[in-house]
Amino acid sequence: MCKTFGQATGLGPDTDRLSILNSLDRREFMGFCLKVAAVLGLSASYAPKIAEAIEAGARKPSVIWLHLAECTGDSEAFIRSTYPSTEELILNVLSVDYHETIMAAAGHQAESALEQAMKDNRGKYIAVCEGAIPTGTPPGPAGKPGAFLTIGGRTGIDIAREVCENAFAVMCVGTCSCFGGVQAQRPNPTGAMGVEDAIGVPTLKIPGCPHNVVNSVAAIVNFLLLGSLPKTDKLGRPLFAFGKRIHDHCPRRAHFDAGQFVEKFGDEGAKNNWCLYKVGCKGPQTYHNCSLVEYNDGTSWPIKAGHGCIGCSEPRFWDNMQPFYERLPNVILPGVEAGADKVGFALVGAAAAGVAAHAAWSFANRKKFDPTLALKDADEAPAKAPSKTAGEDDTTE
Amino acid sequence: MGSRHVIDPITRIEGHLRIEIEVENGSVKDAWSSGTLWRGFEVFLKGRDPRDAWIITQRVCGVCTEVHALASVKCVENAVGITIPDNARIIRNLVHGAQYIHDHPVHFYHLHALDWVDVVSALKADPKATSELANKINPNSPDSGPGDFRIVQDKLKKFVEAGQLGPFTNGYWGHPAYKLLPEANLMAVAHYLKALRLQSRIAQLHAIFGGKNPHIQTYAVGGVTCVGDMNADRISEFKYIVQEARDFINNVYIPDVIAVAPFYLDWAGIGGGLKNYLSYGMFPGKGGTEPDNLWFPRGIIMDRDLTKVHPVDEASITEDVTHSWFKYGGGSPLNPSEGETDPWYTGVETATDGKYSWLKTPRYDGHPMEVGPLARMLVNFVSGHKETVENVSFLLKTLGVGPEVLFSTLGRTAARAIETKIVVEKIDSWLDELLANIKKGDLDTFTDFKMPDKARGFGMTEAPRGALGHWVEIEGGKIKNYQLVVPSTWNGSPRDGKGQRSAFEESLIGTPVSDPEKPLEVLRTIHSFDPCIACAVHVIDKDRDETYTVRAV
Repeated sequence: MCKTFGQATGLGPDTDRLSILNSLDRREFMGFCLKVAAVLGLSASYAPKIAEAIEAGARKPSVIWLHLAECTGDSEAFIRSTYPSTEELILNVLSVDYHETIMAAAGHQAESALEQAMKDNRGKYIAVCEGAIPTGTPPGPAGKPGAFLTIGGRTGIDIAREVCENAFAVMCVGTCSCFGGVQAQRPNPTGAMGVEDAIGVPTLKIPGCPHNVVNSVAAIVNFLLLGSLPKTDKLGRPLFAFGKRIHDHCPRRAHFDAGQFVEKFGDEGAKNNWCLYKVGCKGPQTYHNCSLVEYNDGTSWPIKAGHGCIGCSEPRFWDNMQPFYERLPNVILPGVEAGADKVGFALVGAAAAGVAAHAAWSFANRKKFDPTLALKDADEAPAKAPSKTAGEDDTTE
Repeated sequence: MGSRHVIDPITRIEGHLRIEIEVENGSVKDAWSSGTLWRGFEVFLKGRDPRDAWIITQRVCGVCTEVHALASVKCVENAVGITIPDNARIIRNLVHGAQYIHDHPVHFYHLHALDWVDVVSALKADPKATSELANKINPNSPDSGPGDFRIVQDKLKKFVEAGQLGPFTNGYWGHPAYKLLPEANLMAVAHYLKALRLQSRIAQLHAIFGGKNPHIQTYAVGGVTCVGDMNADRISEFKYIVQEARDFINNVYIPDVIAVAPFYLDWAGIGGGLKNYLSYGMFPGKGGTEPDNLWFPRGIIMDRDLTKVHPVDEASITEDVTHSWFKYGGGSPLNPSEGETDPWYTGVETATDGKYSWLKTPRYDGHPMEVGPLARMLVNFVSGHKETVENVSFLLKTLGVGPEVLFSTLGRTAARAIETKIVVEKIDSWLDELLANIKKGDLDTFTDFKMPDKARGFGMTEAPRGALGHWVEIEGGKIKNYQLVVPSTWNGSPRDGKGQRSAFEESLIGTPVSDPEKPLEVLRTIHSFDPCIACAVHVIDKDRDETYTVRAV
């Protein structure tokens, strides 16, 4: 049984209401709740319940946000939030107690803010990780594991271990912290790894390069609402965002089925928004909700901009999906002459099998994601994600 | 010998930066700048498809997103020998311009403002007097009634009273170097929040043609892919958001800079540092070749001589590793199969005498150079760039100061604001160019090509933080060698073999430090460069010489 956030933090239901209410007007607030319901795959009728849960919320949860081997793209993505606005999110919904990109303090004052936040909220704060952890040892007289990254003289892996092991939950934003990301591609000169692989603490993963803020916000709201983390696939990605393939929900799917392809960028097919598979789209191998929620408040997403998906939410996509402009092998390709029924049947069958296999892993296999259990006793910890090889097979079908 | 102090991490920047200072008699006597993360981009670019390089190198930085993408596609196009269609040029200008009007305000309000603005002091402000102040500075100031400021102050009060200060925890509140009155502080806090909301709106400009922000996905070697977005809907959407940005820049950002500057005029005499400035130029016009067709010209100013702009010769760029955590074998030619990088880590604790940074040290003809908005504004100004001359002259006249104040911490911050205004005023003319093409039926966005077996190329542009160059060598249709020389490497690198400091270090010399344990003044000057350390840390080496000359093809 999952504890509610109020129980877990020791702050009862009578503590301060989330100050989100104080500054959002009602219409904007309900808009936010509707959006969250949509992202979580719930019907609009859930919006009032979400509103109720947030309104009954507790003291702002403390967030410690770590910057590891990264480009700060996920912090930038996070501050693109529109519902709630970034202002509400980082100042009122959450208490962002350590975040190197936005915090006022530097040097000793920054380090002591981190220590204080950990001390005051031990076991209760949310650790958000951005960036991979370099685990390799640089050559040279001072070389030691992880020394490709130091902050305040300590290695990134030391800091991550201390912060994540004492957190209530660890959320990885972006593919780097989830799976190692861009710097982990062959030959991975710094031994970069995802946080879970590097330090052995289970993490909720919101991959993407960078991640989509609607997904991290939905995960946070899920947490505030239900006191638990959302259901995930076996890689630790929430199913509400990573349970469906791009290809299965692509607005250009009909063109794939009809055998209408962009052959070269800028051609007639491109002008008519035809399928990008032949110019390298990795949508058929990628689990992500881009086509459903889009980016930057629903403005667009890569396929809408005429560029193939690069598979950025998948582990090791930098190696497995390159070259980005070459078509994927092993995708049953409809010919123009093929009857639409035949094509449709073949694809629906394949896709349905794949989705079923993907979903079957879900929470059941991963067990309840409860980091507090994992922290207390390694032996009783939920099963770690099964081997990466199996994971990739599953998602690539 | 003064006292040594380390500031690590430097926050409100991109990346991992450590600054060590020696303080004597209340000011900085010496300084050392260290980048403390290495990721190895040039290593894993080797052997990959040159068409993919822009997608990979864009991940060098998610703050200056798009700029590496642009340098990279230009670089590979240069190697392949193709010219992109006019529509692709225009759309790239639009996307690149959008980066400036997003990134510069975010820097000013969210990364730099807290160096000048005491958030806690805003609690003491009178909202009515704040409103009068805002309207005195600019009669068109939006949301500037007494009620507007009272709402902001109430928010701030609740925030502070709840005892969870979040990102404002342990700030330098009450520091004697803060000079603004409570009302000016409250106005600035209101604009901090306004800018925080607006920046997510401005970022939608990238998504319109680029699919998303950060990390656009619409460029391709040969042009752009967003032909489906070349329509009236998308263009009007773009225009509308640019209008919102323009309102903010003209009615909030620029007036704020003009309002705050007089309180900190001493900072027009602090933080000048180097005397040489480099800009590669940007925003190509229709037809012609670079650098002749660039709207922002390419050039160099030496020794602060504002009578002359020198041309840029790529062959004069070298990199030095005397104080960087790399070693070169010396002499023996490099075999690519051995890997071309040779990190040699000597530790961050013993920083200053030997090697102390993952950044290498670029030099132009042996000289350290400053790059960034100040360098661009100076090169533009001396080149007679009309919009720059007008806007710089206006600002200097308004503040009643001469051009010499530009060589300073405050000058860098003012140059960034001026540049933002110049760019936002230009964007509509690019949209008009695009519309004119669409009207005459020109929807061409992509030039097809065949990847050569062997080729070399380079691509130059300006990132918000300064001069950015990518170089590629292609062999067997794959990347044999790929190099980046980026802005924060110029500015934030360690000293060179001759002991010459780079821009961060040099600019700190003489900076007053009232309390070395609360080094607010140091942050002011470092932040005025808008450091981006993830960009800066990378590897260039080819021949394992002490220095490597970047060769233009």
